Amino acid sequence: GQHLNLISHLRNLKEMLESSKESLKLEAMKRIVGLIAKGKNASELFPAVVKNVASKNIELKKLVYVYLVRYAEEQQDLALLSISTFQRALKDPNQFIRASALRVLSSIRVPIIVPIMMLAIKEAAADLSPYVRKTSAHAIQKLFSLDADQKEQLIEVIEKLLKDKSTLVAGSVVMAFEEVCPDRIDLIHKNYRKLCNLLVDVEEWGQVVIISMLTRYARTQFTSPWKEVRGQSGEVMKAFYESDSEEKKGHTEEKPYIMDPDHRLLLRNTKPLLQSRNTAVVMSVAQLYWHLAPKHEVSIVTKSLVRLLRSHREVQYIVLQNIATMSIQRKGMFEPFMKSFYVRSTDATHIKTLKLEILTNLANEANISTILREFQTYVKSQDKAFAAATIQAIGRCATNISEVTDTCLNGLVLLLSNRDETVVAESVVVIKKLLQTQPTQHSEIIKHMAKLFDNITVPMARASILWLIGEYCERVPKIAPDVLRKMAKSFTAEEDIVKLQTVNLAAKLYLTNSKQTKLLTQYILNLGKYDQNYDIRDRTRFIRQLIVPSEKSGALNKYARRILLAPKPAPVLESSFKDRDRFQLGTLSHSLNSKATGYQELSDWPAVAPDQSVRNVEIIEASGSDSEEESSESEKTSSDSGKSSSGSEQSSSESELEQKKKKKTKKVPQKKSKPTAADRYSEIPAVCWSLRVTTSSFGPVKTYELLHHMTGKGLAAKYHFPRQPCLYQPSMVAVQVILSNSSDHSLEEIHIGDRSPASLSIHCFNTIERLEPEASVTVSMGIDFSDSTQAANFQLCTKEDQFSVSIQPAVGELLMPSSMTEQDFCKEQGKLQGMNETSATITMETANASSQAISKQVLSVANVGVVSSSQNNFSRFAGRTVSSGALVLVSLELKESSTALLTINTEKTVMASMLLRDIKQALTQA
Amino acid sequence: MIHSLFLINHSGDIFLEKHWKSVISRSVCDYFFEVKEKAVDPENVPPVLQTPHHYLISIYRGKLFFLSVVQTEVPPLFVIEFLHRVADTFQDYFGECSEGVIKDNLVTVYELLEEMLDNGFPLATESNVLKEMIRPPNILRSVVNTLTGGSNVGDTLPTGQLSNVPWRRAGVKYTNNEAYFDVVEEIDAILDKSGTTVFAEIQGVVEACVRLTGMPDLTLSFMNPRLLDDMSFHPCVRFKRWESERVLSFIPPDGNFTLMTYHVSSQNLVAIPVYVKQNINFFETGSCGRLDITIGPKQNMGKTVEGLMVTIHMPKVVLSANLTATQGNYTYDLTTKVLVWDIGKLNPQKLPNLRGSLSMQAGAPKPEENPSLNIDLKIQQLAISGLKVSRLDMYGEKYKPFKGVKYLTKAGKFQRLSLSFL
Repeated sequence: GQHLNLISHLRNLKEMLESSKESLKLEAMKRIVGLIAKGKNASELFPAVVKNVASKNIELKKLVYVYLVRYAEEQQDLALLSISTFQRALKDPNQFIRASALRVLSSIRVPIIVPIMMLAIKEAAADLSPYVRKTSAHAIQKLFSLDADQKEQLIEVIEKLLKDKSTLVAGSVVMAFEEVCPDRIDLIHKNYRKLCNLLVDVEEWGQVVIISMLTRYARTQFTSPWKEVRGQSGEVMKAFYESDSEEKKGHTEEKPYIMDPDHRLLLRNTKPLLQSRNTAVVMSVAQLYWHLAPKHEVSIVTKSLVRLLRSHREVQYIVLQNIATMSIQRKGMFEPFMKSFYVRSTDATHIKTLKLEILTNLANEANISTILREFQTYVKSQDKAFAAATIQAIGRCATNISEVTDTCLNGLVLLLSNRDETVVAESVVVIKKLLQTQPTQHSEIIKHMAKLFDNITVPMARASILWLIGEYCERVPKIAPDVLRKMAKSFTAEEDIVKLQTVNLAAKLYLTNSKQTKLLTQYILNLGKYDQNYDIRDRTRFIRQLIVPSEKSGALNKYARRILLAPKPAPVLESSFKDRDRFQLGTLSHSLNSKATGYQELSDWPAVAPDQSVRNVEIIEASGSDSEEESSESEKTSSDSGKSSSGSEQSSSESELEQKKKKKTKKVPQKKSKPTAADRYSEIPAVCWSLRVTTSSFGPVKTYELLHHMTGKGLAAKYHFPRQPCLYQPSMVAVQVILSNSSDHSLEEIHIGDRSPASLSIHCFNTIERLEPEASVTVSMGIDFSDSTQAANFQLCTKEDQFSVSIQPAVGELLMPSSMTEQDFCKEQGKLQGMNETSATITMETANASSQAISKQVLSVANVGVVSSSQNNFSRFAGRTVSSGALVLVSLELKESSTALLTINTEKTVMASMLLRDIKQALTQA
Repeated sequence: MIHSLFLINHSGDIFLEKHWKSVISRSVCDYFFEVKEKAVDPENVPPVLQTPHHYLISIYRGKLFFLSVVQTEVPPLFVIEFLHRVADTFQDYFGECSEGVIKDNLVTVYELLEEMLDNGFPLATESNVLKEMIRPPNILRSVVNTLTGGSNVGDTLPTGQLSNVPWRRAGVKYTNNEAYFDVVEEIDAILDKSGTTVFAEIQGVVEACVRLTGMPDLTLSFMNPRLLDDMSFHPCVRFKRWESERVLSFIPPDGNFTLMTYHVSSQNLVAIPVYVKQNINFFETGSCGRLDITIGPKQNMGKTVEGLMVTIHMPKVVLSANLTATQGNYTYDLTTKVLVWDIGKLNPQKLPNLRGSLSMQAGAPKPEENPSLNIDLKIQQLAISGLKVSRLDMYGEKYKPFKGVKYLTKAGKFQRLSLSFL
């Protein structure tokens, strides 16, 4: 009936989806998502649903996405119909739409679209929006799980995204790294310091992932900080393991340990995160300190871990597990907080057991009396499983701390008269173990237990008593045979473990007191021979052969006494968390005490640190070599600092638009490219060179006033030369104009009007429709100055007014840098002798005498490129005029006492003399 | 990381499932049910379980299990913290986190889960960001929506996710600008039979309710910040300022949030606001016992102790209680064996007393352990540690906000033990 109901329901929904009303469709989708949530199968609606993938209604669209991701795997062919919608959305100007398209596209698990996904990921990884890049990092993992063959290509994308400086991306890309290529530690080197520094600003979940990855990284790259404190408590194990390699590296031992600054950086930058509200972050920092910090620094995490015990039950469980492991090696860390581990009656059983474990680990001579008093109350707990665990714990304390062994033993003996059977049974088991460690005159206790024997029914406890009596039967010669007699009576009704111990007891008594027990033993052996359990039959047969002399028994019989009554080593009572430290703390594997799928082993410290310089990052990155978007972003982020580093994201949405504009306009000349333009490119290869030249090496840009706001009736304009190749036409000089409105009303239609001389070729900026009060806008334009410093005059117009303005370029701005070798420079210089050479001897300001300072000054005056020089006393610079592409070579030969010969070689002699004047001025001034 | 999520109610029905990667059959939960069956009490189910192919990490909140399925190594706290964040979000959206409410808002819940994780990795967990994308339900809108086919999915884009203050949404506007801070302290104490403090500590939390226009930058300073021993902060708090100046400097999220939690150093003596005189006896013969409890004020800094309540978990053999209270009412739940004495306000002139007899199961042996008392109380306008807010300054905005601070002391885990030692 229910099934039929569902079918008619689905038919109904299908009709709703096919209606033209948006509200009906939405309602239908909501019901369908409800079905999915309940785990019902709604896959047959796929065709009807997928039609709505391009809906305008955002909620409807989102619900369709939910459906699509859920069922695409089952309906691969139909799912393909929706792909084009996402491909289109990937190009949307809105970053959120791009991101969500990629999110859904990459979630569709259809192998056929792997190439499409790959392409989309690659593009998104280079997107201007950090949010889209973050999404692409997530998509990497999805694609990898869909098709592991894409690994190599995906690693390339990961490598690129690891370089990203946005805090938004960092966590996600490290996550992708961990999933796709966790062994490619080499990818981390260059990004290590950046990740350390970004860490505080990354979102909480990303922090956890990054910290855990950096923990692994640090263990492969730095040397152990633990050697210096060797010999302190808790270090015994380490010292033991290291001792065999000690002789070999005796010489390294002598060197005092110095921590790698990068190692210190990691410790320093993670410490504040101990104050995070996110318990997972706190735990991950704690495990980082545990695995990486010098021993005396680890204790700073204690307080924070204890704080986590105030959190939810599940959090307590994990944190207590980790503290249990830590407290075995380092009691001192948690001893001051002992009372935080006191058990409350409201705690869940597994929490109680863990607290007990920790308290036992913390017990020492000084605090044992407090702990035992606490334990006494636990023994009375209503929760009998917990009471039993407490008795085990008392036993452990007794063996670990010899001072209290007797006290504990007496206490446990008292518990033997407890009303509760589990308590008694557990006490017997623990006493048995304790007596083994203390085999001296405890016959009284054994006698006492023998008396209790009749009343104890728990098999394990009965077996324990029998074993004890057998083992120490010579100390209780009168009681032992009597117990055996009773057992002979009840043998058939006993549990298997009790039967086995009865056989043992019989054998031992046979050997020590055969006069009294011979018949009893034979009787019991006969019973055992026909027991239903084959273990007991086996044991009986074996014992009989061993103890009863016969013709066949041979030599073994002589040794029966030495075999059965050999002194036995006492069982060691130790923590169940003893070996947990083989797992990295805070991991799932540690929690389960077994290796989980995908667990990454923490490597041992290397004996010798690998090359430290791999983490060095060149501070000045050649912006020309990288793609344009990246360089523009790196400038932005580097100008900010600290917390505000994420400020770049804030402005990114604006700058994105701007960049978009640039991108578009950049394409314009390509579209317009007529054959003539193409010819020019090939004619003057110099322009192509200059595009590749570094432009970021000069200092702050000088800004000039174009229009004062008083004369401009509120419109103010400033301009500067960005020294970039002009995108509109290679013969133009790029000028950036900042327009701002300081009036109280908005200005409309700002544009460029008439110009003089009329032949002046200017690439105007697009008309600005509206500029609000106090707003400003930056626009770029291009002016062809024809290699002269003659001012370009034009009119800056608003809707109402026109203002005459002029831009007069400094001669240095009319140049473009040109890269050439020293040889080429000398060759070209040789061609430009005679009247093409202008020179002067100048006396430089002493501060400018170094070649670096010279470069700085020259570059501030002129947009030229530095020619690397093999001679120390020569500085050379090369450029070309923007308009005609004529070479301009500047060379400076240093003479003694800060005088120098400045030479300029170019056919443009007027420019040469002006340039000479400017450079001379710059170098002689401070 | 997180592969799938199942929501399971008290009786073991799976009423919601969500998969962030490929679909995992709900039969994986059978392993969980097996353990749950054994554990009897849901609180005793271990949060991390292993099955042949998956790992199950679960939390228990509001009588619901949030069970997540994981396939590879992941820090378990990462998942647990996230699941609690999910439960917090439901609480925040629907006022409570229960089966009924989740079923009523199934679509919103699904949309939230969709935004909170991408491929199993947390994407948007900040309440401010989520609320920009998916609006919390309210009755008026849901009526309008059904009529017009409107939606509760925001058409604005979550700009908060891109800013460097992801916890705050953009364009906040209020006509009344107000910022309230509640300093709430809880005393955790264990007293032994004689009334001596075995263990006592104070845990505090500063809850904030900030409704301020624009992007205010707040600085909250304390008269005596040295009292604070260990704290954790909301991500908005600038840690460096705290380190150097001991002030809380932050751009707040909009609405309610926990600004910080703290612990008052255990070196300071913790004032215990009340004393308890108790006498519970069970007689060897006659199957009965006597109970006599008096409560009086101790160190309450001259403030009134309110909401006083005593809870006693009686031994199983106690069948009924025949008591008289000089103040308040008492109830004895026969099935859970819990005695609750709701006293109310503590009057220092006339101390509340509860006395009478307890009748026990005939023939049953005398309980070996006397029950312990749990005490609940409240003190308004007092932070028992003595912590005081000195001022709140606002930068970055021009208006004058209304500011307020409230103090409250509560009993946390306040236990009065009555033990007889071995």
